[in-house]
Amino acid sequence: MTDTANYLTRIDEATGNKVISIERSGETVDFIIGSSPDGTDLWQRVPYDANDYGPVADPRTDFDHADSAYNPNAPQVWKELREGGCPVAHTDRYGGMWVPITDETVTEVAYDTENFTSRAVVVGVGRPGDRALPAPIGGAPPITSDPPFHNMARRLLLPAFAPKVIEPWEPEIRRLCQKLLDEMGDITPGESVVDAAIQYAQNIPVNVIGRMLGFPEEDEALFRTFVHDVLERINEEPGTREGGDDLGVYIQEQIDDHRANPRDDLTSYLMNVELDGNKLEDPVVSGMVVLLLVAGIDTTWSAIGSSLWHLAQHPEDHQRLLDDPEVMTFALEEFLRAYAPVTMARLVAKDNDFHGCPMKKDDWVLLPFPAANRDPRKFEDPDTFIVDREENRHAAFGLGIHRCLGSNLARLELKVAIEEFIKRFPRFELAGDTRWSVGQIRGPRELSVRILEVAD
Amino acid sequence: MRVHLDAEKCQGHNRCYALAPELFDVDDYGQAMLIVEGDVPADLHDKARLAASNCPEYAITITENG
Repeated sequence: MTDTANYLTRIDEATGNKVISIERSGETVDFIIGSSPDGTDLWQRVPYDANDYGPVADPRTDFDHADSAYNPNAPQVWKELREGGCPVAHTDRYGGMWVPITDETVTEVAYDTENFTSRAVVVGVGRPGDRALPAPIGGAPPITSDPPFHNMARRLLLPAFAPKVIEPWEPEIRRLCQKLLDEMGDITPGESVVDAAIQYAQNIPVNVIGRMLGFPEEDEALFRTFVHDVLERINEEPGTREGGDDLGVYIQEQIDDHRANPRDDLTSYLMNVELDGNKLEDPVVSGMVVLLLVAGIDTTWSAIGSSLWHLAQHPEDHQRLLDDPEVMTFALEEFLRAYAPVTMARLVAKDNDFHGCPMKKDDWVLLPFPAANRDPRKFEDPDTFIVDREENRHAAFGLGIHRCLGSNLARLELKVAIEEFIKRFPRFELAGDTRWSVGQIRGPRELSVRILEVAD
Repeated sequence: MRVHLDAEKCQGHNRCYALAPELFDVDDYGQAMLIVEGDVPADLHDKARLAASNCPEYAITITENG
């Protein structure tokens, strides 16, 4: 617990890196935060160049979630791995990455914070070095934190996302969805084609989290670019991924603005909340805001898009929701199970043997909760969407101590977004190819649907 | 029927609170709390089973009487 008692932040003049000094058990430990890939031990470039590899031929030995063919076909890939007797896949890409596929192996990694650290949760061509960032704090606490700091950081944020705090946002989210539908303009049934991802899904979470944080509404497009940079451009050189640095600058500006003009929102809450009697240093506040933006936007947008993609192809489920709105309680969880958008990652903390796999310290471990959600040993008929599936212990929001902090908000946004869309458009169908995201967040990025009926 | 909640296992998914608010509440941190003492009223048995069978962390267990 002493890990977090005191922070002191300074800029190291020689390198330009930010140094956070933390008092730990009476000793002061320096953690270096910066973006330079060399000259510090904060960032290890992994020996991987995507150009050396072709498309994935055999996912058992060369798994790549950033292969453009992966997200559109992921359920098929998982099924083949499972049925081929491969509960844990591997690849040399990214400096070495293991991929548990079954419910058993995914669950085991999620619960094991001793052998697997959350110091980095997005697989890329670089990974944090040993002193790169404050393990156990990480760059975006608490998602990048390990125990014991994790629990303290998490408890700071939990009250802001508890069910009873989130529920009152429903009318505002509903109005937002209706406004987006209105903005689609005149619809001619049978002719008009809209993009349910671009014109609808992608705008909902960004607007909501931006409002909660008290950021200017006109910056929404900016958030999306940042998030895209963090999550999708994982094969690019660190130097070309400017998004992360820009995001840091932007958030610091927002923090400064909140300091000058205090107001009742999530950013002010984070700036004022106390840990061991001290307010959080700006870098920690900033890290938490990064987490909320990154985690809150792409994910829910993907879940909304995938759900509408499903409904466009399954009018029987669509009709059931219209006829029997109560079924939404179960349908919502089934959308989350079958189309879980989020795959997390861990780094191996120490060498260990995992189901016969010789895992080495600093190997990546991909944590595909969506694959666990389709394991027939846990779910009956897992590849079938059952709109009123009653028993549904899905892991869409993760398992264990890192359970998605924003799950109540995500559920509310998903529910309202689906309800409003199907109420306005009682029938719609796919109108062309769907473009899926690339990387750890799975969902449609372009989703053309033809509207067949408009509510009066 | 009795319901048991293992607070150590609960990670605040809030599935039980959504499915059976007559039996479960949540605190300011989103952690589940059991709000019935002793036997579960017969008309809530189905809801109790539903909550138990939807907890992703297996934190809820049911004991059926004799």
